[in-house]
Amino acid sequence: MTEVPPAVTQQAPAARGGGRWRFLRRRLLQAVPVVLLIVTCNFFLLRLAPGDPASVLAGEAGAASPEYMAQLREQFGLDQPLLIQYLAYLWNVVTLDLGYSFRYQESNLSLIAGRMSATLLLMASSVLLSVGFGMLLGLVAALRRDRVEAALILLAAVLAYAAPIFWLGLMFIVLFAIKLGWVPTSGMVTVGAAHQGLAHVLDVARHLILPAVTLSLFYMALYTRLMRAAVLENLRMNYVVTAQAKGVPPRRIVLRHVLRNAVLPLITMAGVQIGGALGGSVVVESVFGWPGLGLLAFDALHARDLNLLLGILSLSSVVVVLANLVVDLMYSVIDPRVALS
Amino acid sequence: MATLHLPPALRRFLRQPAAVAGALVLLGVVSLAATADLIYPGDPFDIVGRPYLPPFTDGHLLGTDTLGRDIAAGVVHGARVSLLIGTLTAVLVTAIAILIGGAAGYLGGKVDDALMRFTELFQTIPSFLFAIVVVAILEPSLETVVGAIIIVSWAPLARLVRAEVVGLRSREYVQAAIAMGMRDASVLGRQILPNALPAILVAASVMVATAILFESGLSFLGLGDPNVMSWGLMIGAGRAAIRTAWWMSGIPGIAILLTVLSINLVGDGLNEALNPRVAVGSGR
Repeated sequence: MTEVPPAVTQQAPAARGGGRWRFLRRRLLQAVPVVLLIVTCNFFLLRLAPGDPASVLAGEAGAASPEYMAQLREQFGLDQPLLIQYLAYLWNVVTLDLGYSFRYQESNLSLIAGRMSATLLLMASSVLLSVGFGMLLGLVAALRRDRVEAALILLAAVLAYAAPIFWLGLMFIVLFAIKLGWVPTSGMVTVGAAHQGLAHVLDVARHLILPAVTLSLFYMALYTRLMRAAVLENLRMNYVVTAQAKGVPPRRIVLRHVLRNAVLPLITMAGVQIGGALGGSVVVESVFGWPGLGLLAFDALHARDLNLLLGILSLSSVVVVLANLVVDLMYSVIDPRVALS
Repeated sequence: MATLHLPPALRRFLRQPAAVAGALVLLGVVSLAATADLIYPGDPFDIVGRPYLPPFTDGHLLGTDTLGRDIAAGVVHGARVSLLIGTLTAVLVTAIAILIGGAAGYLGGKVDDALMRFTELFQTIPSFLFAIVVVAILEPSLETVVGAIIIVSWAPLARLVRAEVVGLRSREYVQAAIAMGMRDASVLGRQILPNALPAILVAASVMVATAILFESGLSFLGLGDPNVMSWGLMIGAGRAAIRTAWWMSGIPGIAILLTVLSINLVGDGLNEALNPRVAVGSGR
């Protein structure tokens, strides 16, 4: 039953067994240059900014007490030569010493860690939504290509691809939360309800729907278009003709053969989506008051707590590298011909 | 039409209703932006009427915002910033992409490896978050916004240019030019790039749309130039009144949607018109 679809790169399966650990280690090491780049950029941007870096970092929050300035000077080694300053800053980031937020009276690292789960929940739901519905809608658009459904799906995709997500979020709030009252306008849990167990899960889910959908729409539109193109392309391949010739039912051809091949470009994009969704989460979380990293970044931005903002950026980049790793692992499960190298 | 002898690419473009509609809408936005000072003379930040006026009242076509500023004036003036930032960014990003992607693809070997590693790094950074940090540190202004968008968006286009150049470099006519002793810069500039141009042009047109979305996101967060009226700024300002006056943020959003949509449609149309191979291959 195993047909060989068009060859991409045929790799011997033997290359995989022991290679998986080496692959993991190599990919984790890839995080190093990324973090290095970000740290370097941050470091020089801070020096490009007008004024003393400590005062830039402390900002106009009114939080610039002498002790905070002293802490910043020490953290960034501002009384040292530039190279030492750079190395000190690098060392701080590598050892996850991201400083202390006087506004929150908490270390930046524990602030970020505390907000991480809400953002991961939002991102995971939106990635699943966009991949799932993108696949489905793209498949329908390809299989019913001359029908009204396909035209409507493509129209919706073109619109979703062009709309700014923060605006979509606001309009969703107006329609679904304010006018229709189906879902809450903002937050993660109903304030003062103190639900337990299943009731809590349902409460969070009700709050999650709008932000997750908002964050997913842009990529859902992209996946729909990618999926449609890939399905149409695969349907013309020889392996489909072979399957038809030997009497495989059409439904099975689509579900077992075409789908598996068509979904590959989509999975590749999912890695890109995670980086994009992290940026999108800043506007989406601030629109919906979702208490994750994005909202923390938004608050830090408005309090001009740049040190916290830089910490969020550094840690988010590590999350992106890790997420890409997971995507690659998934890719090799779906397409065993792709060796992990 | 039959009597006119249009270039084939233009004819292929005009044959697509969606692309023509996009071009017309875009033309409308461009002319509104160009004549903003004639239609709505004066500063769009000026308070000109009672606040919270709904559209079509008291001579305010699209109503007024929470401070009594005319929304239509804001939309028309905002079109300028969006188009300016969109085109400026796209031009600069394309130039950078041609330099880096062209060098990597043409020179190959170690240069290619190093440049592509570098490019990959920039693709891994969460782009919008990075742009926020750049603008926040350097203070919001037109220059820093454009700079930030360039930093986070040149990488994919550079990869595209590289792929095009690598594909064209092994063609016989390029090999012939090299064999005849043409200098590298000429081979790249006169032989390879003109043939890679269609693909680059399409990507650059999409870049305009992406940059407009980026700019609106930044100015929504309060990271736009505070002295320039922009669509994102208007949405951000109208947000406080979202329960009672949704149109304050609704209208500028529609302006963004229409502009970005029209540019995307034009981009798709250009793709079909300039890369007919693709058009045949994607089978309709």
